[in-house]
Amino acid sequence: MSEKVGVYICHCGTNIAGTVDVEAVAQWASEQPRVAIARDYKFMCSSLGQDLIEADIKEFGLTRVVVAACSPNMHEKTFRGACERAGLNPFLFEMANIRELNSWTTNNRRIATQKAKAQIMGAIERVIYHQPLEPIPVTINPNTLVLGGGIAGITAALELANGGHHVYLVERESSIGGHMAQWDKTFPTLDCAACILTPRMVEVGQHPNITLLTYSEVESVEGFLGNFKITVRKKARFVKEELCTGCAICEEKCPKKVLDEVFEAGLSNRKAIYLPFPQAVPKYPVIDVENCTYFVRGKCKACQIMCPPGAIDFEQRDEILQIEVGNVILTTGYKTFDPNRIPQYGYGRLANVFTSVEFERMVNASGPTAGKILLRDRTHEPKSVAIIHCVGSRDENFNEYCSRVCCMYSLKFAHLVRERLPESEVYNFYIDVRAAGKRYEEFYHRVMKEGANFIRGRVAEVTDVARTLDEEGKLVVQVFDTLFGAQRRIPVDMVILSVGMEPRHDAREVGQLFGLGCDSSNFFIERHPKMDPVLTMVEGIFIAGACQGPMAIPETVAQAAAAAARVISFIGQGTIMMEPIKASINAEQCSGCRICNNLCPYKAIIYNEDQKASEVITALCQGCGTCVAACPSAAISGAHFTRQQLMSQIEGLLWDVREAELEHV
Amino acid sequence: MSDTYEPVIIGFLCNWCSYRAADLAGTARLHYSPNMRPIRVMCSGRVEPDLVLKALREGADGVLIAGCHPGECHYIEGNLKTLRRYELLKRMLSQFGVEEERLQIIWASASEGSALAEAVDRMTERLRVLGPLRWHETVIQGNGHLSAEVEMGITADPVTEEV
Repeated sequence: MSEKVGVYICHCGTNIAGTVDVEAVAQWASEQPRVAIARDYKFMCSSLGQDLIEADIKEFGLTRVVVAACSPNMHEKTFRGACERAGLNPFLFEMANIRELNSWTTNNRRIATQKAKAQIMGAIERVIYHQPLEPIPVTINPNTLVLGGGIAGITAALELANGGHHVYLVERESSIGGHMAQWDKTFPTLDCAACILTPRMVEVGQHPNITLLTYSEVESVEGFLGNFKITVRKKARFVKEELCTGCAICEEKCPKKVLDEVFEAGLSNRKAIYLPFPQAVPKYPVIDVENCTYFVRGKCKACQIMCPPGAIDFEQRDEILQIEVGNVILTTGYKTFDPNRIPQYGYGRLANVFTSVEFERMVNASGPTAGKILLRDRTHEPKSVAIIHCVGSRDENFNEYCSRVCCMYSLKFAHLVRERLPESEVYNFYIDVRAAGKRYEEFYHRVMKEGANFIRGRVAEVTDVARTLDEEGKLVVQVFDTLFGAQRRIPVDMVILSVGMEPRHDAREVGQLFGLGCDSSNFFIERHPKMDPVLTMVEGIFIAGACQGPMAIPETVAQAAAAAARVISFIGQGTIMMEPIKASINAEQCSGCRICNNLCPYKAIIYNEDQKASEVITALCQGCGTCVAACPSAAISGAHFTRQQLMSQIEGLLWDVREAELEHV
Repeated sequence: MSDTYEPVIIGFLCNWCSYRAADLAGTARLHYSPNMRPIRVMCSGRVEPDLVLKALREGADGVLIAGCHPGECHYIEGNLKTLRRYELLKRMLSQFGVEEERLQIIWASASEGSALAEAVDRMTERLRVLGPLRWHETVIQGNGHLSAEVEMGITADPVTEEV
């Protein structure tokens, strides 16, 4: 073969050159057959490094290029670009990852150098068999699916819709608003959560570019960037949306009371037909079939009889909707840590132990106690309140991570308790106070000045077993005070557990639906933690907000807007180029056994009766190569990962071993 | 040749999980055995038996296939396809007189750099105990019979299965 290969070895400063003898490798490479030129350079990815490649392609007439540097996930595009600019098809290039997969993993210079040579030899042997490929143009459907109607989804949907693009906002609950709608005040500014959220909810409800699908769930996802086909189940509300005026007479007349465990966190009741909260968007109520007297016993229909426009429809069925979108933004949010998992804190056993969610509802003027801070008996006010930080967070038994919001909302609670009950004592039990955010530290100081007590130490136990007279009838918080260096017992009337944030219980299933990975805590994984925080590994699927990891409202809003901006950028491009890594079938070689037909996870291979052979629908093929590996006739070829390419790479990777072995034999 | 025997492993890493795990191991400067020589494939499902046999024939002492965790495959279930082939292939290799541990499959998600690094370490140590494969002697000249050492039970107990 008369290919002329250029080999470039990057020092990456000392990142590679510190471990791999790059000069020796370059010298060695230049002596290999078919290598026309081999160079080492300080930073191949710099414009000077790229110029070097471009100049060599032109000067030496290189037909193949190998760059040994960092991960292809980092700079494959960069070097493909350099090849292209010099007139070489970008797929006639191969990268050897001698940084992440070599120099960074060892201090052994000899072995690292040897491994680098093997990796480069693998790349040289492989690149010889590369074929020029052309990217495949894909048109981008300008519609977007936003999944999850909390503050993240609301923000993303509005950004897109205001930019003139159609959005399907799908929300599982009967109203958008998410967790933020439950909260009272937001730290550190103390503005009321509903006051800043509800105008945006209303905007979503009225926006001509937003199709709001509440009480709906995504059932299946097909397709790829630019062309997703999504099946949505719109669950029956048993209320005709086109007739309902939102007058709420049905709710008033419904005789069945049900404990509201979602929005009011179990502190008050709702009806069997209900709006989750007064400012709900859309304004249509929903019938809870598990508790509705008609659905349980077959009798009642009070709501139907009383409904002025006759909007109640007990026969309503779930609707299955097909929507087509180009991009998806997942804003599925989080759930709070269940404190029942830490029995020593007494939640559920000791009446006056509350979760932070319960306290938020209680302290909210529209909540179950109209904003009064009361003990579980609903009559007495606490004279002392303990706030326990890091419940379920920074704890290797539960979640190792910091939930990032608990310190600040605990400080907010301390402020609110002191504001509503000026005579009371407040104790914050903390490990560290993490007040890293704009005006957060100032808020911390303000709360300290207001007279809240701070005790540093993880609480061991909350108990009602008194040891002294002072402790009689109180909850006692037992803690080792790490600043004081001693065990302390603090008797209080009320304990608030500042529970952390966790992924939704079905985050993994939702991830699988869209082909996403989750990290070990079940939060969705972003493409790059720093440089690409809202795109996922799946092109066209973005994430924003607390489904990616614990975060507060400002970061959530910023991420949602960022995801929307990324989507708008794709929509603006209209057509994007997709990697031409696709399978193809040689019809003459195909025996028509159809093994591949069933193996393909995308149903991209069909059997052509006329030709008596299978064929690949290129638009559906995702390039995994499973069919290539399975074909008993070797009739399927996977572009850029052909059998010849991989076999040659193996030979190259083992060049030194093979030589040694042959000597041995 | 150096004094200590360094086994050579060919590692097939899928683009979406295990290659990124390997990237992460490097980025996190996790030091592990440099004995694995990586090949990137789009999916572990692309790893056909021919590639494994080729690697062993060309002088590798072992082959590591790394994919996404079951249920997390970027291509839905390519890793399960490879798992099926792996079971069959392992049986075939042992009929050739190749120790089972020379072919291993592991799952490493993109966030599990340490899992991948540990697997490479473990496999390297195991192969060090087994010694060189010497395909030409073991399989071609040995005609499928295990070496005398193995038959006499001198080698250590088989490691527990990886998956």
